[in-house]
Amino acid sequence: MNIKRGNLLVEFNSKLLKELVTTYGPSGNETNICNYIKEQIKNYVDEITVDNLGNLIARKKGNGKKIMIAAHMDQIGLMITDIDENGFLRFTNIGGVSPFVSLNQHVIFENGVLGIIAMEPMDDISKLKLSNLFIDIGVKNKKEAESLVNIGDVCVYLPHYNENENTVFTSALDDRIGCYVAIETIKNIKNYKNDLYFVFTVQEEVGLRGAKTSAYKINPDICIALDVTGSGDTPKAKTFAVGLHKGTAIKVKDNSILTHPKLRNIMINVAKENNIAYQLEVLEYGGTDSGAVHLTREGVPSGVISIPTRYVHSTTEMVSKKDVLDSIKLLVKLLENDLDI
Amino acid sequence: MLLKKLTEASGVSGHEREVRNIIIDEIKDYVDDLKVDKLGNLIVFKKGKENPKKLMITAHMDEVGLMVIDIDDKGYIKFTTVGGIDKRILISKPVLIGDKKVPGVIGSKPMHLQKKEERDRAIEIDSLYIDIGVDSKEEALKFVNIGDYISFDSKYTEFGDNLIKAKALDNRVGCSLLIELIKEIEDVSFYGVFTVMEEIGLKGAGPAAYNVDPDICIVLEGTLCYDVPQIDTHLIPTRLNNGPAISLIDRTTIFNKTLREKIAEIARSNGIPYQYRKSSMGGNDSGKIHVTKEGSITATISVPCRNIHSPTSVMSKKDYENTLRLLKAILNEYKKGEFISGIQ
Repeated sequence: MNIKRGNLLVEFNSKLLKELVTTYGPSGNETNICNYIKEQIKNYVDEITVDNLGNLIARKKGNGKKIMIAAHMDQIGLMITDIDENGFLRFTNIGGVSPFVSLNQHVIFENGVLGIIAMEPMDDISKLKLSNLFIDIGVKNKKEAESLVNIGDVCVYLPHYNENENTVFTSALDDRIGCYVAIETIKNIKNYKNDLYFVFTVQEEVGLRGAKTSAYKINPDICIALDVTGSGDTPKAKTFAVGLHKGTAIKVKDNSILTHPKLRNIMINVAKENNIAYQLEVLEYGGTDSGAVHLTREGVPSGVISIPTRYVHSTTEMVSKKDVLDSIKLLVKLLENDLDI
Repeated sequence: MLLKKLTEASGVSGHEREVRNIIIDEIKDYVDDLKVDKLGNLIVFKKGKENPKKLMITAHMDEVGLMVIDIDDKGYIKFTTVGGIDKRILISKPVLIGDKKVPGVIGSKPMHLQKKEERDRAIEIDSLYIDIGVDSKEEALKFVNIGDYISFDSKYTEFGDNLIKAKALDNRVGCSLLIELIKEIEDVSFYGVFTVMEEIGLKGAGPAAYNVDPDICIVLEGTLCYDVPQIDTHLIPTRLNNGPAISLIDRTTIFNKTLREKIAEIARSNGIPYQYRKSSMGGNDSGKIHVTKEGSITATISVPCRNIHSPTSVMSKKDYENTLRLLKAILNEYKKGEFISGIQ
């Protein structure tokens, strides 16, 4: 990885992203992904702490304002609630899990046990619910199942990392791609003006929980969250002016936040001044860590750099490599700015 | 008996005073500090051996109920719900209104007069009224006012093999367990918190946790139990008589794995039966507590209650006793010092 100062040419680090999306870390079980990220960044930061809930907080010391950069490291998953006499597993969702997306998918547990999701016979498949699905881990009975999996264990969709020249498609880009942007920024940024707190948050997918406690602890002056957003560029997609290959997305709103206008304008101006392709994002659903952070303590001016993503929360989410690189460039340039708002 | 006194008291969310006063009377001689905060949470401290990780044990005092919204010309009371109430359980139930506990009965159109379509579906709350035995608005206003709280009128009854029927087992059962712990545990420091307004959205717990700022929190609850034989095992959240239910996940919390496994291990090593709460529905005070300030790790331990949120909830004394045993064993373990590793 290198970054040529001046034109900020960044190469796409496929190895890092592949390792990020294939490391286990559903909400509430982020230890593995936390340890992986810690290894990647430990030589590039001044302090690393992990708080009560498991948020990984990495500081690059500076003299100015406290800037919190948040990317969530958790991913959606399935928690086992019951094991029947024949060793079939029943589950509940961790985060937004669709029964239709889940059907016939492969899953993997923290200990490497594999399974597939199958369904009970149904007369009307449009009525499919998660409670009609079960996981088959290929065992003969309950006893054998219990030697591999316990009630309360969590599995995730089995990741398959694929890429071509333009795009990456795999599960868990939400939000390992945000983690990727943060890690690449940590490694490459040199002339930052402020006191930087990169936070890899936990439990975003179940309601922005890690962001809430880490923001309380850091008490930042400004927050920038990094997360995926949807895209409106697929056949018959709902109107949404964000698409792949059109640059990084600067969030205006979603269901959790109206981003701070002054911060947003700085983001736009920095993108313009540095010829970074960007698009404005007005999202009519969803939310991200900034939603929790901006209401912490006395309030925190907050914005979001979004990575346009197709098929979010499916087993094959897709992003544009160029949009990802633009997002890194924008974040680096923003952190080199005074951010006077 | 304590649970009888607690369940027969009225304490609909926002009006927990009667329950709180009973609790204060019970525990005041056993605590080192006792205060009621601005929202009405009762926060007590037991001083004993110190553990570097601050422990808070909570139970909410409030129950679901009703509130008077209007009185019509004939003196019939119109009402709304406070907390989650299944409208199908309301018809013909006796209730008590206001601090004076004016008795009334929830009435509706007799089935003989209902059209077939009306009989096929639950009657809307708009069509129900409470009859307090008066025949004018003027007369009714002598006993009842708009804004008065209404609780179910249901006597505590023991029946069958060690079962109890009562209203408000959610969560007087948690209050009763916490009271007994406060009375019996003498030699270790912990905070006991009886919260308000859980049933209307976990309102009291956040400010209480902000005040106490715990490292570890155990939430005591009465939880849903639906163990009829006709349903598939994975749809049964908890079973009566299978022991305390340890929560995995609900709408508000993914319970800390290290803590819940530690609790299960303590149960096993003390020969106490336990079960997991196999449902992700519902939520409790933990949802607010674990994300307050810098965050804490939480667990929920519940006594299974059939017909929860109704005037006739049912629980097992055996589950109660086993839950109390488990809590004492946890505190015994906590007293030893290093309680769980892995928290910062």
